[in-house]
This record gives sequence, C-alpha cells and structure tokens, in this order.
Amino acid sequence: MYKYDQYDQSIVDTRVAEFRDQVERRLSGALSEDQFKPLRLMNGLYLQLHAYMLRVAVPYGTLDSRQMRMLGHIARKYDRGYGHFTTRQNIQYNWIKLEDAPDILAELATVEMHAIQTSGNCIRNISSDQFAGAAADEVTDPRPWAELLRQWSSFHPEFSYLPRKFKIAVIASAQDRAAMRLHDIGIEIVDRDGEHGARIFVGGGMGRTPMIAPEIRDFVPLADLLSYLEACLRVYNRHGRRDNIYKARIKILIHEIGADAYRDQVEAEFTQVKALGIDPPQAEFDRIAAFFAPPPFDVSASDVLDRSDPDFAVWLDQNVSAHKVPGYAVATISLKPVGGIPGDATAEQIDVMADLAERYSFDECRVTHAQNIVLPHVCKSDLHAVWSALSDAGLAEANLDLISDIIACPGLDYCSLANARSIPVAQKIATRFADLGRQRELGELKLKISGCINACGHHHAGHIGILGVDKKGTENYQLSLGGSGAEDVSLAKITGPGFDEDGVVDAVEKVTDCYLSLREDGERFVDTYRRVGMEPFKAVLYG
Amino acid sequence: MKILTGNDLRSGDVVWWTGARWSRHVEDAFDVGENGERIAREEEAARRVNVPYVIDAVATPEGPRPAHIKDRVRALGPTVRIDLTLKPADPAAGSWVI
Ligand code: HEM
Ligand code: SF4
Repeated sequence: MYKYDQYDQSIVDTRVAEFRDQVERRLSGALSEDQFKPLRLMNGLYLQLHAYMLRVAVPYGTLDSRQMRMLGHIARKYDRGYGHFTTRQNIQYNWIKLEDAPDILAELATVEMHAIQTSGNCIRNISSDQFAGAAADEVTDPRPWAELLRQWSSFHPEFSYLPRKFKIAVIASAQDRAAMRLHDIGIEIVDRDGEHGARIFVGGGMGRTPMIAPEIRDFVPLADLLSYLEACLRVYNRHGRRDNIYKARIKILIHEIGADAYRDQVEAEFTQVKALGIDPPQAEFDRIAAFFAPPPFDVSASDVLDRSDPDFAVWLDQNVSAHKVPGYAVATISLKPVGGIPGDATAEQIDVMADLAERYSFDECRVTHAQNIVLPHVCKSDLHAVWSALSDAGLAEANLDLISDIIACPGLDYCSLANARSIPVAQKIATRFADLGRQRELGELKLKISGCINACGHHHAGHIGILGVDKKGTENYQLSLGGSGAEDVSLAKITGPGFDEDGVVDAVEKVTDCYLSLREDGERFVDTYRRVGMEPFKAVLYG
Repeated sequence: MKILTGNDLRSGDVVWWTGARWSRHVEDAFDVGENGERIAREEEAARRVNVPYVIDAVATPEGPRPAHIKDRVRALGPTVRIDLTLKPADPAAGSWVI
C-alpha cells in the first residue's frame, strides 16, 4: 500500500481547509451556486436527485482495513448507513449534507483519502486490475505504475482543464479485468524478451459514442511511460473539441483524424517531451514500488482445501481465483445478493470486510469495476473461516461472473441524468434467475445495465446489455447482445425495439433459453452469440 | 398546475414551495401559476433553497403529483429502498411513482 509522505498529506489537508472555507462562504451567501458549483465538483460533491452525492476516490481500487473502516464510519455517521461501490473502483455516498462535507473530507484525510479529481475535466482516478499483486497470470504488479500515474496526474496544471474528463486504466495481465480498452487510455504492461514495456491503447470509451481503443504503440519502454502519456494528452489538449460536449472526448478526436495521424503527432510530441526529463529517476520509481512489495507470504502454507461443505465448495468454485503464491487464493466478495442493490454495502458489511482484510488478507482489499470487493491474499486454510464470516454478514453470494452478478448504475432512483431506473431491473432479473444451479448452468454471463446513454453501467460491454431510455415519459429498456469489457473486447449490438420493465426481464430469459438450445460444448453465452449471430435471438424476441 | 421545487441548501433535502415556506412533502406544494421563476430567484437569493425549478404537476385528492417520473422519484425517495423514503411504512410507496 502506498503511504502518503508529508507533501501528499499537506496537499490533502490544505485542500480540506480550503473547501471548508468555500462551504462557509456558500452558506453565508458570499458565493452563489454558479460560483460554488465548480468548487464543490473539484471535491467530488455533486447535487443528485435526492441530496448531495460525494464520490470518494479509491486509487486503483486498493484499500487497507483502516481506510475501509473509515468508509463504513462515514456511511454510518454522515450518510444513511450504506455506500455504493462503483464501476470506476470508487465509492459514492448518496445522502450527504453540504454542511457536513468539510468534516467528511477531514475525516477521510486522516486515512489518506480524498475526493479530488473524482469529477471535472481532468485525469480521473486511475483504475487497475483488482487482482494486481496476486494474479497468477500477471507480468508484474501494475499498481506502482498506477501510483506513479496518480502522482503525475494529480493537480497536473496542464491537464486540469482538458476538453472532457479523462480515464486511464493500467493492467499487466493478458486477462483484462479492468475494461482497459474502454478507457481514454488503456495501458497493458507486457514482457518482451525480458524487458517490460507498455502497449498503449488510446481513444476507447462508452457513453453516447462507444469506441474500442485502437493500439497506438505496441511497446513503450517503461522508463519513457510518463513522457509518452504526456505527449498523448498534449495532442488531445491541443486538438480535442471544446465547442461541443458530445464530441469532446479523445475517442472522437482519434476517430475523426484517424489513429495513424494521431500516432504521428504523439510521436513528434514525444520527442520534444522526452527531452524535458519528466520521467522519474529509477530511484523514485523504486521508492514507490517498495510500497507494493509482496506481503510476507508463508511459503509453507498448505495448498490443500477441505471441500466437504457443499455450499462452501460452490463459493470456492465461483468466487475464488488462483493466486501466484502456492497456498494462497484470491477471494471475491459479491455485492450482488439476489434482489439486492448491486454495489451497495452497509456500514456493518464494510466493517466486516475491513476486519476480514485485516485478519486474513495482509490488511488489503480491493474494489472491482464490477462493483464487488476482493480479498487479494487469503491463505487457502483460512478460506472456510472467511466464507463463514461472509455468510453471517450476507456477503457469501456465490455468483461471481454469473447472470445475477449484474453491474447496474444508480439510474433514476438516484441519478439526475437518468431516463429510467436500472436497479429494479437488476433486482427482477436476479430474482428470476435466483436458482444458483440454473445460473451455473448458464455459465459466465455478464449482464450490465445503464439508466441513460452515459453508460455508467457499461451496457455496451455486457454480454447482455440493457439501456434505459425515455419513451414518451415512460421507462423503456433497449436490449443489446455481444459486448465484452474483457480481453475479447467488443461492443454490444441492439436487438431491436425496446421493452417495458417486465418485458425486458422476459426478454433476457428468452435470450438465455435460446442460447441453451444453441450452445456447443464449452461455449459461454458470448461465444455462442459470436458464432450464430443476432438472428436466432431476434427470432425468439420478436418472432 | 405548476409547482416549485429545489433542494435545501444546507441539507440537500428535496423541498417543495408551499406558498410561504419550503416543505419536504410534495403534498404541501402550492400552485405557483406564473410566479414560479420570481419566487425561485427570491428564495435562492435568500439562501433557503438551491437550484429551484418549476415543474408541471397534476392536482389529486392527495395533493399535487409531479407530471414527470423523475420528480415523483424525487418526491418519494428511491423506489428500491422504501425504508429511505418519506413513506417508509407504506409497502406500496414505490407504486406511487409509476
Ligand atoms: C450518480 C451520479 C453520476 C453521474 C452524474 C454520472 C455522470 C456521467 C456522465 C455525464 C458520463 C458520460 C461522460 C462522457 O461520455 O463524456 C458518465 C459516464 C460513465 N460513468 Fe458516470 N455518473 C454517475 C454515476 C456513476 C456511477 C455510480 C458509476 C459506476 C457504477 C459511473 C461510472 C461511469 C462510467 C464507467 C462511465 C463511462 C465512461 C466512458 O467510458 O465513457 N458513474 N457518467
Ligand atoms: S448511466 Fe446515466 S443514469 Fe446511470 S449513473 Fe450514469 S449518468 Fe446516471
């Protein structure tokens, strides 16, 4: 875990004091809402459907138990007893009082957390693989690089007012658990003949105009990474459209001028930037990397698992993944109980997860882009104890990557931009498919729901995607098939006319039945779709 | 009818203009006719409300009911957590919105 030094801490503390003053001036009338709004947004404070909403940054999704407990404490003391974990590996609180916001930020600062750059046209929280440092398939731990990018991008003066918000993801495994190519910049650290470098993908994103990022460079030596990214952003900052919010993202620039033209400009800029010497000396990188040194694993830990308890065995098969160290495993805690609200956790559940991280996972946990929580380093011999504690807290749903492990944005229940509700649709689908045996029979099936075209719920990247639209004042849901946010990245295609709330639940069931009737051995839903195409599904949906 | 809504500046609570003050209950809302924009400006200047705006509503025996679903959700609270709404004891509260 990265630890703030005195500079980091004083920057965050100073910002809290500054914001406290700004809030006082707003409450006294010295600042109008027009003057105050950009200031509160710089501190992650939105005005949503019911109240102020605070988005707290969790850099690359990594937390220690002290930070996790603080998130629970804030939920309990300042909100209504729960928080919402998001697809950008952050947490949002939905019921914040403006007058409390400075105190909340002050409490967060005591555990090295803040809400800076969680809004605005700047480089947002860097996201990464939630299995980083633990994954059996990683080339290296991507988080020291994510941390370097965090330090580079925080308060970067040139990139604080970009044409639009900017999102970067870093991974270091061939398996993409971070939807890397759906980011403005996706970075994949690879090993080429023993040297580590970065493949750079630029111009991905969802929203109104979804795009998969094209590869801009197949290998940037890591010693040049910051210079190269600086060049990528400079070209965007110079040419990105500021006149039209719908065309302002880097994906539009690259789409309009073409990846080759963009690459040429970046390469030219890179030569200039490289000469400036902004890449850190190796010693500085080593200082950062030392914070992410592997924990003291017990090399004698047993690799044997007692699978005699059948419910535990199902959870093992579904929610536990391979760790790079023998005797250890990665456990994913599902925040998707059947009928629950995807991504929500109560203050008590947050405390339970913090306790488990402290006791069984070297004090670490992670937030995933699928709105779940990970305990990255659990001794196999402790898995049963972890699972029992999770069961007691209502957190042992064994549905990871199954149809009820739904990503859903807050939709019209919370979000002022929404056209339709997302959460009730998620709840109804999960309830329809509640039987875990049936879910496992369907296999890996990523279902994602957004309440408007902004695509916070990643519907474009769903094997099955659902988009809420407004049809003459009533909620309507478009169904799409064939998307993926993983290494087999693709964008989902719309099936045809939309459905009402119950209709879309039926439609999902028809689509899954159709898949079961067509699938060949070993195929996931998305594989069958890719093989047979849209037509058979359209036929069952629209007859 | 037209009614005026916004959020309380300090707490962020959704509030409705009653003709004399702000209430958290849409049932108390008052037909502002053509005066909505003016009241909004005055109340905002007095820092009693944040981002006020006028919406269409229909009169019902239970009081005004916002025309658009978004403001009905605002008036009630999240339809998926009845315990967090203004009608926590009413299991049918969610259906009020639709
Ligand atoms: C409730 C308050 C929220 C607001 C006002 C909001 C607003 C937006 C907007 C305006 C966009 C489109 C930006 C663009 O394309 O330029 C967007 C995209 C997105 N948001 Fe949100 N959002 C909210 C909550 C969330 C939540 C809760 C999540 C995660 C569950 C999330 C994750 C995302 C993601 C992943 C995208 C897609 C970005 C892309 O690749 O283009 N947002 N959001
Ligand atoms: S997709 Fe739309 S409705 Fe959902 S959270 Fe994003 S902005 Fe709100």
